[in-house]
Formats: sequence, structure tokens, C-alpha cells
Amino acid sequence: MSDAPAVTSPAPVLQPAGAEATRSDWVERLRASSEYVAIPVFAVAVASALFALFLLAVGKSPADFIAYVWRGGFGTAFSFQNTLQRSAPLILTALAVAIPARIGLIMIGGEGALVLGGFAAAALAIPMIGVAPPMLTLILMAIFAMLVGGFWVGLSGFLRYARGVNETISSLLLTYIGIAIMNFFVEGALRDLSNPNKPSTKPLGDAYMVGKIPGTDVHWGFAAGVFLCVLLYLLLERTTFGFAARVTGGNYRAALAQGLPVGKLIVTCSAIAGACAGLAGFFEVAAIQGRANASLAAGYGFTGILVAFLARHNPLVIPPVAILFGGIVASGGLIQRRMDLPDATVLVLQGLIFVVLLTSETLYGRFAFFRPRARRDRT
Amino acid sequence: MSAPEISRRALLKTSTLGLAGAALALGGVGRAFAAKDLTVGVVYVGARDDFGWNQAHAVAIKALKAVPGVKVVEEENVPETDAVSKSMESMINLDGAGLILATSFGYYTPFVVDLAKKYPDVEFRHAAPLWNKDKDPKNAGSYFGYLNQAHYVDGVAAGLSTKSNKLGFVAAKPIASVLSNINSFLLGARSVNPNATVQVIFTGDWSLPVREAEAANALVDAGCDVVTCHVDGPKVVIETAEKRGAKTCGHNASQAPLAPKGFITGAEYKWETIYKGYAADIAAGKLPPNFIAGGYEADFVRNTPFGAGATPEGQKAALAAIEGLKARKPIYVGPLKDNKGKVVIDKTYDNLDPFLDKMDYLLEGVVGSTT
Repeated sequence: MSDAPAVTSPAPVLQPAGAEATRSDWVERLRASSEYVAIPVFAVAVASALFALFLLAVGKSPADFIAYVWRGGFGTAFSFQNTLQRSAPLILTALAVAIPARIGLIMIGGEGALVLGGFAAAALAIPMIGVAPPMLTLILMAIFAMLVGGFWVGLSGFLRYARGVNETISSLLLTYIGIAIMNFFVEGALRDLSNPNKPSTKPLGDAYMVGKIPGTDVHWGFAAGVFLCVLLYLLLERTTFGFAARVTGGNYRAALAQGLPVGKLIVTCSAIAGACAGLAGFFEVAAIQGRANASLAAGYGFTGILVAFLARHNPLVIPPVAILFGGIVASGGLIQRRMDLPDATVLVLQGLIFVVLLTSETLYGRFAFFRPRARRDRT
Repeated sequence: MSAPEISRRALLKTSTLGLAGAALALGGVGRAFAAKDLTVGVVYVGARDDFGWNQAHAVAIKALKAVPGVKVVEEENVPETDAVSKSMESMINLDGAGLILATSFGYYTPFVVDLAKKYPDVEFRHAAPLWNKDKDPKNAGSYFGYLNQAHYVDGVAAGLSTKSNKLGFVAAKPIASVLSNINSFLLGARSVNPNATVQVIFTGDWSLPVREAEAANALVDAGCDVVTCHVDGPKVVIETAEKRGAKTCGHNASQAPLAPKGFITGAEYKWETIYKGYAADIAAGKLPPNFIAGGYEADFVRNTPFGAGATPEGQKAALAAIEGLKARKPIYVGPLKDNKGKVVIDKTYDNLDPFLDKMDYLLEGVVGSTT
């Protein structure tokens, strides 16, 4: 299994030798992988066309809309940083869906892991503020948030493996339990009584906050998300663990028959997923809110599901998709303000993109253009 | 030599627009606060037509739109996360907003405070009594209406419109502002009907329509013949109670159209008083005040016109209660016990006394628990 990459590369014997061969091999590969760019781009274009019809139907100009999406989401330094900042939690919560998906699980409990992870980080910090140095406190908070998030989604994975419980349902229900646990403590034992109207934990204070990436207005959660995407891509595509996980996702019974440690793989992938969401919770608390409260359950975990599906569960594709989403949301405000459209307009666009992209899945493999020439000749 | 001349000329230009007074008066505070090309950014946590909190603001914001030279940009459904911070920044950077009105409680810390520090030239006003003159930036501020006074009037009208003497209250969270409304509603009812009790059900969150309907049904089942609420959108509670034949009192905005048979009256904010005041300040080139809060005595709250559910005695007593509140007649006349028997209000407090802002109890006569 350690030679896994070799299996996927085309059999070298059939190819012509020399520089010509490497060039055409490269072109063929590019041609094959361009399918994964061309179809989503086409789908987004179709969704935009449908949305343009919708705008015309309500008497608004699609050209204005596009101009405002550009200006509000990408066109100025402020807008683009706004977009990046909004995409930060989505990258992490999308990973929380994408990783289990590779092992064949539809895990949608990122929201719960985010909330509990953030809450755990805040709870851990309370006795440490003013006692431990900020750097140490933040590192421990991040680790604790990841452990708690990992445990929460890992639980769903374990139930799947050991008891056959449907992981989609259990992870969703555990989300509600997670939010309830946070509310229980935030409105009870850990409530900051100096804040009578919004139940929250005690504030961390400025010294104990995660800062911005130097020279930008974007917090470190964005960098952490991108880093994790690369790391987890390598883990899935370039290690025996990743290979075993993908085999299990491809055919569970075959994996069992091969003697792969299926249970361990499932629980580990789920726990990694939960840890990503937990880390997103840590950043919500330590980079943004400065305390844990009901605002942690802002729906990032659910938007992450959308992002992961649009990225076809490929960690490397998650950041661009999350940035696209962040941009649409970031420009949503400007569109409301300038075009006098309700907030739901942006949801209509998101829904259209999602439906058209999912439908476009059926297009893969149907265009001869994208297939490698060698294989085309053979069939 | 040339540099100061340019700025003097710029100042001169401003003064020809009739705004020099403002520019001079403000000096070090920030940029000239000018009605000419002032953009006001408003953020709402929910929909602008929610029959509740956000609608109350959105209706009143029209007072600002009427000021010549003022442009209003609005954004709804902005959650109390980083999103609000980015929305406000977007208004400042892309729309050129000079005044931001943040209308949801959870917007204040850390978002409004941090942005006020980051953009010292922009004025921020937030709809809750949170601004602290010692700690918070000078370009931030608060405005608030003491809605509990209008709930007190609701209680007076309800106390004389009930037959079972049992009043029901659907509440979101057991926090100070909600508890104050429940307690004031009870004291209003008791002021005219000593046998009245208020049964409260907490739903646990600001917008849980299913649970709000369940709670309204449960209260009617328990014998309450008047139901009121403090949730984000009172529509569900009012409609459910109306269907069950119970009378209702509203909250935040007018729900009279939702209950043609049983509507008594409702507690409403009168944000237009505040927004019109801001508009006048802006037109005069002045900064809006950092802190304003009040109830009937300041014309910041009102009651919805009486509906078919209000008895004539109830209407009369309610109108008298309003006159009393305008004259600052206290609601909390001590000593008062909580519903566990402990004295929680030792003496009579003025309606705006900060002591009452820290309320964490239900008074004797309220059936229910904060935990």
C-alpha cells in the first residue's frame, strides 16, 4: 500500500518515450482535470443566468447586481479582506464535512462541535486569565477546543461504527445537544453576572485575544484553515492512512475484507472533522467574540456543509469555494443597501448555485473532450 | 504656507454651506457633522417587517429619511457576530456612512466598541443602555426606551379586562429587560386588580415560533384569558391566543391587526422621538447625544390604541396610568418581595433608577421561575 501513488499513474509502457511524451502526458492530465474546473464554472454561470432572470422578474438590473457583488466582495482592499474574514470559519467547518465524506460518512455536526469547542476554550480560559501568559493560554484553548470538538463528532463516528446509528442524524442531533449544553452553562454556572442582558461567559480581555494577520484585517483563523486544508489534503492523498480511508469510503465491505482497521479509521476521520470545527469555535471566541455566548451558534457549521459539497469534498478546493461564499455574503449587505432588495435575495442566489452545482454532477464523464486520448482510443 | 491656506479654504467652503458652526464646535472631536451628504447606516438583527423589534425601528427610521441631505442605508438579518462588524465597516468604507445606528443588543460589545475605536470620525449609536462614559469611546453612544412602563399600562388594562384573573406571559430569556417587563405587567395589573396573577413561560430563545405557540396554548389551557409576550416577533403568540379566544396585549410594535377580537393594547417603542431628535441635531450640525434613555416621561414609549378586547374601565384606568407615568409616578413601590418570599426591592425606586436594570427575580404574584 505504500506505493499507492504509483497505482494511479498511467501505465508507462503504452506511452511514447522522451520529452514529447512528458509534454503530451502533461497536456492529457491537464485536459482530464480541467473537467473539474469547467463543469463547476459552467454550473455557476447557469445559476447566475437563472438568478439574472429572477432579478429581471422583480424589476432589478442583473448588471448592477454583478457590479455590487464585485465591489462589495472583491473589488476593494476592504471588501476582499471582508470576504476572507467571512470565509475563515467556513473553511474549517467545510473540512468538518469533507473529511468524513471521504470515508463515506455524511457528517453534518460541525455546528455542534464549533459551539462546544468555542465554549470549552472560553471555559478553560476563565481561570487562566491574568495567571498564565496569553500565548500559553491561547495554545491550550485551541488544543482543548479541538479535543472537545473532535470528541463530539468522533462520538457520531463511533456510534456509526459500533452501533450502526445513522451518522447524519446523530451528528445533527448532537449539534442541538451541544448548543443546549453551552446555553446551560452560559446562562447558569459560568454566566458573567456583570452583563445582565446577554448571557455570556466572562470576557477574555484584549491581551488574551488572537490578533490579525500582520498587514491585514483578517484574523489568524483564515491562515489556520488554509494550512489545515493543505495538511489534510496531503493526509488523504499521500499517506497510507488516507488511502485506507478512501478505500473504506469506496467500499466498506471490501475494506473490512482487506483487514483494514475500519472502526479506527471512521472514528479518527470523524474526530479530525470535529477538531476542525472545534478550532473554528476557538477562533470565534478568541479572535472575534472574546467570550462564549449564544452568538457562537451562527450557522457557520451548516454553511460549511454547502461549501464542502460544492468543493466535492476536496480539501484543496475548499478555500476558493469558501472565499466565493464569503464574497457573496460580504456583498449581500451592499446589495441590500444599494438595490433595496431583501436579505433573502442572497439566499436565493446561494440556493440556485447549490442546486445547479449538484445537478451538474451528472455531467461528469459525459464529454469526450475531457477524456485522455489513450483511453478514448481504447474504448 | 500653502498647506494651512488650503485647509482654511476648505473650511471656508464648508462655512458657505452653513456648516462652519458645526466644524468649529467639534474641533478635536471628529469631522464636521453635516446634514449635507451625511449617510446614516442602520443594521437590524432580523427582518424589517417582523411585527416586532426590527419593524419598530424600521418604521421610525423614516423620520431620518425625511431630513434633506440625509441618505439612509439599511441592512437586515445581520447576526450578532463578526458579520455586524463587517457590515458596519462596509457601510463606512463603501457607502461613506458618518453615523451608524446599531439596533440589536448583542452588537455593542465587542463590535460597536471596537469599531468606534477604529473609526474615530464616525459616530455610533446603539439601541440599549450600555454606553459607559468613563470606559467607552466618545464617538459611541446609547439610546433606549423603557418599555416596561408600557407593559405596566398593558397590565392595568389587562387587569380590568380579565375574568379569570389569570394573565399569561410568554417570555424569551430570563434576563433583566424581560424580567422587568413581566414584573411591571404584574404590578400594573395588581394596581387595579389585587387578585391578578401572571403566569410566565420562558421559551429559552428570542425566536422559537413553535415553542411560542406551545407556550401560548399552554397558558390558555392553564386558564389564562389574557396573553402577552416578550419575544422577537410576537406574531405567533398573538395569533395563537386570538385563535384560542384569549385576549392579548402586544409588544414592540403594533399587533392590533393580528387580533381583531381580543386585542387590548400593546407596549410599543416610540423610536421616532429619538430618531427625530437625532435628525434635528444633524440638521443643526450638532452631534447626537451620547446617552439618552427614558419612558413615558420622555415620550420614548407608547401604547397601541385600544382594541376590541379592552373594557371601558380598563381603558380609563390605562389612560390614567399613562398620565401618572408621564409625571414620573413610580412603578416599583417598595418594599416588594420576589415569588420565593425574599424582599428584593427594599424601597420605592424611580422608574429610571439603574438599580432596576439589574433585576434577576420575579415578583410575588408571578407564577414561574427564572431557572
